[in-house]
Amino acid sequence: MAKEFKTIKTEIRLPYELAYGATWTRFFEGMENEIIYGTKCSKCGRVLVPARSFCPRCFVDTDEWVETAQEGVLTAWSYVNYKYFGQPIEPPFIGALIRLDGTDVDFLHLIGGFDLSDFDLVRKTVKNGMRVKAAWSNERKGHILDLKYFEPV
Amino acid sequence: MPGKVAIVAVAQNAGAESKDNFYDQAYVVTKEVLDKVGLNRDDLGTIVSASSDIYHGGISCANSYYWETTGGFLKNASRQDGESLFAFFYGVMRILTGYYDSALIIALCKGSENPENDACTLMYTDPFYTRGIGLQETMAAAFQMRLYMERYGITEEQCAKVAVKNLGNSLGNPYAHRKGRYTVEDILYSERIIDPLTAMQVAPKSEGIVAVLLASEEKAKELTDKPVWFKGYGSSLDNYYLGDRDLLDGQLKNAAARAYKMAGISDPRKEIDLAEITEPYAFQELMWYEDLGFCPKGEGGRLLDSGVTQKNGDLPVNPSGGVLANNPYVSRGLQRVVEATLQLRGEAGERQVDREVRTALAHGTHGFAGQCHAVAILGS
Ligand SMILES: [Zn+2]
Repeated sequence: MAKEFKTIKTEIRLPYELAYGATWTRFFEGMENEIIYGTKCSKCGRVLVPARSFCPRCFVDTDEWVETAQEGVLTAWSYVNYKYFGQPIEPPFIGALIRLDGTDVDFLHLIGGFDLSDFDLVRKTVKNGMRVKAAWSNERKGHILDLKYFEPV
Repeated sequence: MPGKVAIVAVAQNAGAESKDNFYDQAYVVTKEVLDKVGLNRDDLGTIVSASSDIYHGGISCANSYYWETTGGFLKNASRQDGESLFAFFYGVMRILTGYYDSALIIALCKGSENPENDACTLMYTDPFYTRGIGLQETMAAAFQMRLYMERYGITEEQCAKVAVKNLGNSLGNPYAHRKGRYTVEDILYSERIIDPLTAMQVAPKSEGIVAVLLASEEKAKELTDKPVWFKGYGSSLDNYYLGDRDLLDGQLKNAAARAYKMAGISDPRKEIDLAEITEPYAFQELMWYEDLGFCPKGEGGRLLDSGVTQKNGDLPVNPSGGVLANNPYVSRGLQRVVEATLQLRGEAGERQVDREVRTALAHGTHGFAGQCHAVAILGS
């Protein structure tokens, strides 16, 4: 909608190229092979997922790679039903935190695998505490959405 | 503390969309704050500004553009990205060096020109992992809200009541962007953009050039007979990845504890007379009551229901309307300092609270679901 005063439209569009680094490189190789990698902190013993090179709390190197479970518990979610600039996924979708079995932090991903168009139905289906499992895409390319979403077990 | 630092003048512009440009607006507010105490720009000691390139109308590196409009020509000046309450403390520290007798703290954000806040906050994410999921501040807040309600039995109505209170309070605030008498139903039945949050429980994107002029004790006596004193400050940061954090056990209590320690406050509920806090999502005001020590954990809803935090209550919170009424993203923390200062000076006009205000708290937060918090304590 045009404003009642004179305006100029402008945008910043600059190409950046970011290094994955060793840890993300291995994590996303895992994604391509239907593996979710975490790393274990030798000091606090927590399994962090996705994998990190260090434990942010203990501030020491993690020293053990772990293939995490593909199942876990839904710990937080929201039903996104609006559009914002740069949004990578068409609404409606469900953003979620998932505590994979045997890990000690929550993994940010999506909940799906059922009809998302009716919100009242969604609210009946999706509950914090429910069991979910990973559903993989057939076309994987080392991206976070190689894992399509987590679906109710 | 090695010395005393006073706020000697404040200025701000209105939050609603204006046809003025950023460059000129910043000049007007800077001029106003200096003129209020008759301080010549040449005599101004130093400047700390707060802005964020991402909220800066597509102009980067932002501070190069606005230095001269904020009086910076030939000055020792610096800029802080993100939460403007951090900049406030940097200004205090500059005065405490003993080398500057005055410091201008100015926060700049012209939200009306920006894309929606969520397009900006999506850029907080890392491009490898969380950006691919579309995480932004409102999604993180919605996670937090549902957990908060489930854990403590907080109702959607109690969350909505925060918006009713704050948007009602902002009717008395000429600078507020969003204001009005609403019912709980109006708030709850506004568009359900990201369940369980509805549109009216989410702060708007507002304009806000906000200035605070600080002075040393000696200089303050020269400039004003109503100094407001800096008493304490604290901040704390949580982990970056949302899944590493406990969304119901965040960093505000640590930030507050540090500020209370510096200010010598042992019972915040009794010793603080008024609070201006940053609640970009309605339910967060209830959580922050708890973390600030105004009530026990899980009782934020009950505290609101008791009426204590209303404008005429014993501990008014956000008599200005808070951030739900006015959300110049980067400037909102410093705007809380401005509002607290006006209340301490008895100069808050229609939004002046009924009770006497001798100690006030200002709070700012930045990042997803309160990743970082800052708290400042001010006194008359
Ligand atoms: Zn550790």
